[in-house]
Amino acid sequence: MALSHRLQQRSCLLQAVRSFFLAREYLEVDTPVLLPELIPESQIVPFCCEERFLQTSPELCMKLLLAGGYARLFQICHCFRKEELGRYHRPEFTMLEWYHVGWGYLELMEEVEELFLFLAREPDRFPALDRNMRLSRGGHSIDLTPPWERMTVEAAFRRFAGTSARAAIADNRFDEILVNRVEPRLGRHRPVFLYDYPVELGSLARRKEHDAACAERFELYIGGIELANGFSELVDPGEQRIRFAAELEVMEAAGRPAAMPERFLRALAAMPDTAGIALGFDRLLMLLAGADRIVDVLPVVFEELFVGQQGQEIR
Amino acid sequence: MYSASDLRKGLKVQIDGEPYIITEFEFSKPGKGQALYRTKMRNMITGNQFTQTYRSNDKFEKPDLEERTMQFLYSQDNEYHFMDTTSYEQIFLTREQLGDNVNFLVDNMEVQVLFFDNRPIDISLPIFVNLEVTRADPWVKGDTSGTDTKPVTVETGYQLQVPPFINKGEKIQIDTRTGEYITRVKE
Repeated sequence: MALSHRLQQRSCLLQAVRSFFLAREYLEVDTPVLLPELIPESQIVPFCCEERFLQTSPELCMKLLLAGGYARLFQICHCFRKEELGRYHRPEFTMLEWYHVGWGYLELMEEVEELFLFLAREPDRFPALDRNMRLSRGGHSIDLTPPWERMTVEAAFRRFAGTSARAAIADNRFDEILVNRVEPRLGRHRPVFLYDYPVELGSLARRKEHDAACAERFELYIGGIELANGFSELVDPGEQRIRFAAELEVMEAAGRPAAMPERFLRALAAMPDTAGIALGFDRLLMLLAGADRIVDVLPVVFEELFVGQQGQEIR
Repeated sequence: MYSASDLRKGLKVQIDGEPYIITEFEFSKPGKGQALYRTKMRNMITGNQFTQTYRSNDKFEKPDLEERTMQFLYSQDNEYHFMDTTSYEQIFLTREQLGDNVNFLVDNMEVQVLFFDNRPIDISLPIFVNLEVTRADPWVKGDTSGTDTKPVTVETGYQLQVPPFINKGEKIQIDTRTGEYITRVKE
């Protein structure tokens, strides 16, 4: 894709997303990216600089603001995660994150559908969209008309892998089965919300009221690509501390000790019931532009920043 | 040692004492999940392929691989003999090890021989080789069979399709990657 088109589409998407949220009375924020503490997430490795961290997501700062009384916030920002490099991953990437006080994860799923409806109103801007709410991807056509499919994690594992999610976790094979057997089947013809994750896989999500083994967490998949991750947020500082302790234990064992984010836990006590979601902005643009790789939609690419430890060329 | 985050297409690693080359590679990481490195590998000795998903803490030995420029001397029975042109050391590989490469080997040709733990395991040929046509049926003008190529045999015994104007005794250039005719060589 020509650079001028790439930049134009990126700019269009930035503006369209802003219009959508501003019309819904969300407040746009731009919180700091250099932070003194991070939310402990055992599977995410931060960049450290001078005993501070580059944010791995804006969640911590945005929740501080929610605790301070703001009801609807959105942010488009850069996030940094070490060692994540692939067709759909870059160590620096752009995230769209938003929070809505008073909502649960089900309302948020509907709002994601509405965001796509809004973007599809002007299909001429994006090469992969047509006038009938269809997105072309790898020779297939994906129908974006809501409502989208909703499938529990348990149902997806039973259907596509012939096993239960619970058993997969017990064998330490959950991620492997998800990536190799489940994800490729998700969202081929219509977008899919995968929802109700085993609670240990949603350390920031509220437990389901009638099923304490599940967390109110969902992921959106379109064409096999994971696009967004949302929760009914866990706002109980006591339970959050216990969940973080489990994450910190895993990090300690992996030789990456981290501190309990006390500032965050103090703020959480003042945070009302809220639903929040993070959506990969580059991946969204990739889908709309009909691109195959994230690098194809970035404004500028410095390959040498992300070579492997042994210095080989990257793909 | 390599760690899983070093894996990428074309990287050579050692697993269970044998050298492998990564032929396909994909990084994946489900949201909030662990990093997974999905690979397809080929055993550089046996040619066997397999797919495997690795995790961040997996480690790999670097195989002891070395490439040396050597000259093809002769073949006898099943053995193809090569000589290092600086040390005059001689080694051989079997026909099975060489596979289709035997179709393009002529005396005195320089090739790259790949050694693993000081044992020769494979060779890489020049991309283009010039070989003499040893058998070609004359082309009959006005042939109405409708084909625009004909089969010929070159000095190594390899057969391929060439344009009708190629005659016995002429040299032709062949792409060793595809085994296909490229052009007639005038000497």
